[in-house]
Amino acid sequence: MSDGRTLGQLLAQRGVSRRAFLKYSSYLASLMALPPAASRAMAEGLAKAPRQSVIWLSFQECTGCTESITRAHSPTLEDLIFDFISLDYHHTLQAASGEAAEAARHEAMAANKGKYIVVVDGSVPVGAGAIYSTIAGITNQQMLEETVKDAFAVVAVGTCAAFGGIPHARPNPTNAMPIRRLVKDKPVINISGCPPIPEAMAGTLAHVLAFGNVPELDSHGRPLAFFGDSIHDRCYRRPFYDKGQFAESFDDDGARKGWCLYKLGCKGPVTYNACATLKWNGGVSFPIQSGHGCLGCSEPHFWDMGGFYKPVSAPSDEVGPLAAIAVAGGAAAGVAAGLVHRAAKVKAKAAHTTVTVDDLEKTS
Amino acid sequence: MTAVDLLALARGPLFQIALVIFAAGVTLRIVEILVIGRRPDYAEARQGAVLSGVSTMFTRSIPREGMFRRNPFVIVSGYIFHIGLFVVIFLSAPHIEVWRAITGFAWPSLPTPLVDFLTVASIAAMLVVLVNRMRDPVLRFLSTFQDYLVWAATFLAFLTGYLAVHHMLLRYEAMLAVHIISVEVLLVLFPFTKLMHTFTLFMARYYTGATFGRKGVES
Repeated sequence: MSDGRTLGQLLAQRGVSRRAFLKYSSYLASLMALPPAASRAMAEGLAKAPRQSVIWLSFQECTGCTESITRAHSPTLEDLIFDFISLDYHHTLQAASGEAAEAARHEAMAANKGKYIVVVDGSVPVGAGAIYSTIAGITNQQMLEETVKDAFAVVAVGTCAAFGGIPHARPNPTNAMPIRRLVKDKPVINISGCPPIPEAMAGTLAHVLAFGNVPELDSHGRPLAFFGDSIHDRCYRRPFYDKGQFAESFDDDGARKGWCLYKLGCKGPVTYNACATLKWNGGVSFPIQSGHGCLGCSEPHFWDMGGFYKPVSAPSDEVGPLAAIAVAGGAAAGVAAGLVHRAAKVKAKAAHTTVTVDDLEKTS
Repeated sequence: MTAVDLLALARGPLFQIALVIFAAGVTLRIVEILVIGRRPDYAEARQGAVLSGVSTMFTRSIPREGMFRRNPFVIVSGYIFHIGLFVVIFLSAPHIEVWRAITGFAWPSLPTPLVDFLTVASIAAMLVVLVNRMRDPVLRFLSTFQDYLVWAATFLAFLTGYLAVHHMLLRYEAMLAVHIISVEVLLVLFPFTKLMHTFTLFMARYYTGATFGRKGVES
C-alpha cells in the first residue's frame, strides 16, 4: 500500500545514488523521445512522486503481459521502479486470495480515490450479459466499471486490452471488447503488443508518475514515443528491402544471409512498435533478428489480417481459383455474346434485298 | 472504421470483387471480338499474312519520323509512362507477390530505387500528356469524359503507390489501403473503358498488318 513516502526517499533508502537515478531518468526521457531538458524535470518529478497505487485487472488474457513486465535478466532500475509502485491488486502476483484480495482492491480504491492507476490486461467479454468471464462473483465488465470510476487514468496493457486481441478474433464468440470501447470518461493509454515491450510499459508509467499527465498518443491511443515508427522503418534489414533482396523461404540462401522477410509475410511495414530499436530480453534480439517476420502483434486485428505468412501487399484471401472461374465465365459469356452478334449478322444479311433503279423511282 | 479495417477490406472482399469484374470482363470482350470474327477474304493472297501481322504488332510501337519531330516531348512522355507502368506492375517486389497470389508464379524483382525512379518519371510524364491533351485544340475537341477518367484512375494508382512506399501524407497502412482501392477502381473500369487498349491494341495491329500483308503492302 502507499505509505506517503516519495520515490526519491525510497530509492535513497535502497542505496540507489542520485547519479544512478539521474542516469535512469535520462534513459527514460530519451526512450520517450523527450527533449534533453525534460530528463531533469522527469528526475525531479519522479523523486517527488508518492508511491503510486496501481490496481491491475486481468480479464480475458493469458498472463503473457505480466510475464513480460516481470521478466528482466538482471535487476534493473525498472524493477526498482516497479518495486516502488504499490501494486495493490494483481491476481498473479499478489499473495492474498479470495475475499482478502478483493478487500485489498476496495481498500486501495478508497484510500487513493481519484489518484490510482488502473492497468488492464485482457479484453472484456460483453456477450450474453457479460457472463463469459467472472471474478469474485462479478463479471469483468462490472469489475472494470467499478474500479475505473475513481481512477486517475487507465493503462490498457497488451493487444487484448488495447484492441481486443485474440479473444476478439473472428468470430469473436464472447463479443470481447477493448478497454477504450468501454471506458469513455477517463484517459486510456494503450500499450499494445503480444506481449508489450517492458520498457514501453515502464516508460509510460514513469511519464505519468513524473509529469502527472498522459504522454502524447497516436490515433490508436498508444504513446507516440514507443509506437511512432513502424518496425519496417527502423529494421536493420531495411537496406535489403530497398535493394530488392528477399528471402524466398525460411531455409534458402537469402534467409541465411539475413535478407528482408517481406515476401515471407513480415508485417513490419504496417506495424508500429519499438521492437526494432529497444529489442527484447535486455536488448538481445527481436523476432526479425531471429529470422522470422513480424506478426504485427501490436496492431488491431493482427489475428485476422489474412495469415502471418502472406505478404502485406498480397490479397488476404485465396484468389487464384476465383480468377480462373472469372476467366472461364467471361470466356463463356464472350462466346455467347459473339454468337448472338453473328446470328444478328446472318439475319441482317438474309433480310437484305437489293435496291434496283425501279425501287428508287417508286413514288409511294 | 480504422485504417487497418480499410486495409483488410481492400485486401479481402474488395479485391475479390474487382478481380472478378476485371478478369471476366476483359475475357468476355476479347473472346467476343474473336468469335464475331471477320468476313473471309476470297482474294488470292500476294504474300503471307501472319508474318506481316506479327511484325506490325511491334513495328507500330516505333513512332513515325514525322510525328516524332512534330511533338517529341509528348511522344517520349507516352513511352515513359507506359514503360513505367509495365515495370511497376510486373517488376516491383510487392506487386510480384500479388501475381504470385493470383497465378502461383513469381519472378525476380527490380531494386526499389529503380522502380521508384520510374514511378516519379511516369507521374511527370502523365502530367505532360494531360497538359498536352488540354492544350492541343484538336486533342481537346476529341477528348471525352472517359479519357480524363481513365487518366485520373491510372494517375491515382501511380501517385498513391508512391506516397504509400514513402510514407507520405498518410500512415503507410492507410495509404496502402487507398492505393489498393485506387487500383481496384482501375480494375473495375478496365473492361468498360479505353483501358481495354492494353489488349485490343495488339489484336488491331495484327489485323491491320495481316490485311496489308495479304495485299502485299508494307504496313
